[in-house]
Amino acid sequence: MTTIALAGNPNSGKTTMFNDITGSSQYVGNWPGVTVEKKEGRLKGNKDIVIQDLPGIYSLSPYSPEEAVARNYLFNERPDLVIDIVDASNIERNLYLTSQLLEADLPMAVALNMIDAAKKRNIKIDANRLGELLGCPVIETSAIKSQGTREAVARAIELASSGDRAKPPVFSDGLERVLREISDLIRDAVGDGNLRWYAIQVFERDAEAAKTLKLSADIAGEIEKRIAAFEAEADDDSESIVTNERYLFVEKLVSETVVFDTNEKLTPSDKIDRIVTNRILALPIFLAVMFLVYFLSISTVGTLLTDWVNDVLFGEWVPGVVKSALVAIGCADWLQRLILDGIVAGVGAVLGFVPQMMVLFLCLAFLEDCGYMARIAFIMDRIFRRFGLSGKSFIPILIGTGCGVPGIMASRTIESDADRRMTVITTTFIPCGAKLPIIALISGALFSNSALIGYSAYVAGIAAIIVSGIVLKKTKLFAGEASPFVMELPAYHLPTVKGVLVHMWDRAKAFIKKAGTIILLATIGVWFLSSFDWHLRMTATEDSILADIGRAIAPVFSPLGWGEWKAAVAAITGLIAKENVVGTFGILYGYEEVAETGVEYWGQLQAAFTKLAGYSLLIFNLLCAPCFAAIGAVRREMMSAKWTWFAIGYQTALAYAASLMIYQFGSLFSGGGFTAGTAVACVLLALLLFLLFKRPYRAKIEARAGDPRRIDAV
Amino acid sequence: MRTLSSVKTGEVVTVQKLRGDSALKKRIMDMGITKGTEVFIRKVAPLGDPVEINVRGYELSLRKVYADEIEVI
Repeated sequence: MTTIALAGNPNSGKTTMFNDITGSSQYVGNWPGVTVEKKEGRLKGNKDIVIQDLPGIYSLSPYSPEEAVARNYLFNERPDLVIDIVDASNIERNLYLTSQLLEADLPMAVALNMIDAAKKRNIKIDANRLGELLGCPVIETSAIKSQGTREAVARAIELASSGDRAKPPVFSDGLERVLREISDLIRDAVGDGNLRWYAIQVFERDAEAAKTLKLSADIAGEIEKRIAAFEAEADDDSESIVTNERYLFVEKLVSETVVFDTNEKLTPSDKIDRIVTNRILALPIFLAVMFLVYFLSISTVGTLLTDWVNDVLFGEWVPGVVKSALVAIGCADWLQRLILDGIVAGVGAVLGFVPQMMVLFLCLAFLEDCGYMARIAFIMDRIFRRFGLSGKSFIPILIGTGCGVPGIMASRTIESDADRRMTVITTTFIPCGAKLPIIALISGALFSNSALIGYSAYVAGIAAIIVSGIVLKKTKLFAGEASPFVMELPAYHLPTVKGVLVHMWDRAKAFIKKAGTIILLATIGVWFLSSFDWHLRMTATEDSILADIGRAIAPVFSPLGWGEWKAAVAAITGLIAKENVVGTFGILYGYEEVAETGVEYWGQLQAAFTKLAGYSLLIFNLLCAPCFAAIGAVRREMMSAKWTWFAIGYQTALAYAASLMIYQFGSLFSGGGFTAGTAVACVLLALLLFLLFKRPYRAKIEARAGDPRRIDAV
Repeated sequence: MRTLSSVKTGEVVTVQKLRGDSALKKRIMDMGITKGTEVFIRKVAPLGDPVEINVRGYELSLRKVYADEIEVI
């Protein structure tokens, strides 16, 4: 078994290369301990060769989780060989990573990718000469056209059997002298390890390397003296010295092998950007693109497909077929119900979202692959970073107005962990399509259909996002500059159909697999609780275990103005799907079937709820934990049970506090007098104000601690 | 000393020094903004921040706060 690692910059066409050389046998998982995606596949036509796709990185300095993962893999786990994918049309910066990969002491081949794009711009690269200077084979490729990729792999494998290793770059005499001195001092500690690499790490004062080597205080002191002397001489810190030297090495390579035979002032990409990120046109274009994405996935195609799956496929066809089959074999009534109302409905709830998500993912994959997504971050960064969100958070929140599930999944495009988590937690605050019936119910029954109620629901959602952004940003969990906004604006290019489809399917598959299990189990669980009594006999909802749970927890909601078991039960069934709130009220008020707005029982609702209590109920149901499908999506995106529970807990606590304040202050101002509840509301308000205006938590910055999480990926 | 954040769009400047001693500095250098590099200020985002620059033949966007840490002539 031979393992080939693919390494390269983001946007170098690495993923396209990976898709091209591996068959359908891809495995997508996670690198242990971090939310960085791990992709593995087998070489097409030779199953003995494993292709390991490393995350796209600009450098091997261990400051982002992606870099730490790649570095650890290359230097500790050791693949058999490396293929370095270099974007030929952006060769200078791409070769910087190459200069670091050369030090891994592994057989290495360079794929000079996107060579066609470079040629089109009249960038001429002498691949043979570059290969001589780098000391490793350089193969021209165009992964998007599937050209040269096979040859690159073949050359790399050949190389592995010959045992030739790549040669590390040689720096200036001064630096080489210090590195030699350090090498002599650490030789014993390194043993048969990679001496050159360790010497550079030690020179850069890398904490991890120091930990591995366990140098004695004497030697460490001796080394430090030399580094400090050299730094004083160069008037720079050691890490910067090395980075400078690497770029000098790269500049020399480029000057000897690349000819920019072009007098173009503007690349095609620049020309597009003159319009797309234009001062005046940028925002209208952005809004138009957003409208199109929304229109396709939420208004038209996506919803049509999802409605069809929900209403026809899982509403009529599948249940019809399953039911007649179950009747035909004489299946027991409870088992029929379990299969139909529990499992089929549960599977339907999961699969129903898939078509809509596929359409959305198709749009997102296109936006990402063509390069526009980076421009969105560029355009929107200014607004969103105030709330601890990224410019890219706009898309999840916009999509969230249609459905929170694809909205949460859309947060995948946000690289920084903190920004992504924040977006995942806040996306479902925006009222989604399934919450509209609840809004219609309350505004119809209690506010004579006032449009203000619907409008205020969106205001409340946006307010919840902004408040959460500001408050959470100041906590230790989300502390610090969320993502240092140093971001490449990659050249635009037309993505391939295959690339976009693979990208889309990767995400949809992940949702179906991971979210599917949670949604299915939870749906069956709630179905069971609402259909059985404590003696495990099938019963009507009002006598079920769930009704008893509702009665038991109802007092919890008294301070919110609706300490009523029916409302509590409705809130719980709302977890299956938010529109269930309306239906459950209907059942509990004695109606088998109700209209989407619950118009049949508006009278009963008016008798049971004051306007204020009704509004508090509405806000609670809008802000609290989302439906199971969305929770499944949260789990999928957070990749951690702890963070999922944090999200659900935070959302529910915020919903509770907001509803309580609305009800208690509302009562006070409508002449209800100052009660214990008002006091609690005052305390909550004071706490909220404190959290909004307190000083942000600041992490102590330790000098070169080498903590991979200090900077998130850009 | 002039910093990158004060440079007008359309100007070409040379990087003199990077201030600070943080992971951010390292990130900026990794992206190719090192001493002596020529930087072209392409544009400012529609809302005034971040800025888009051309360095080593590619487009990079960075916030003004970071651009303020880069001394240029």
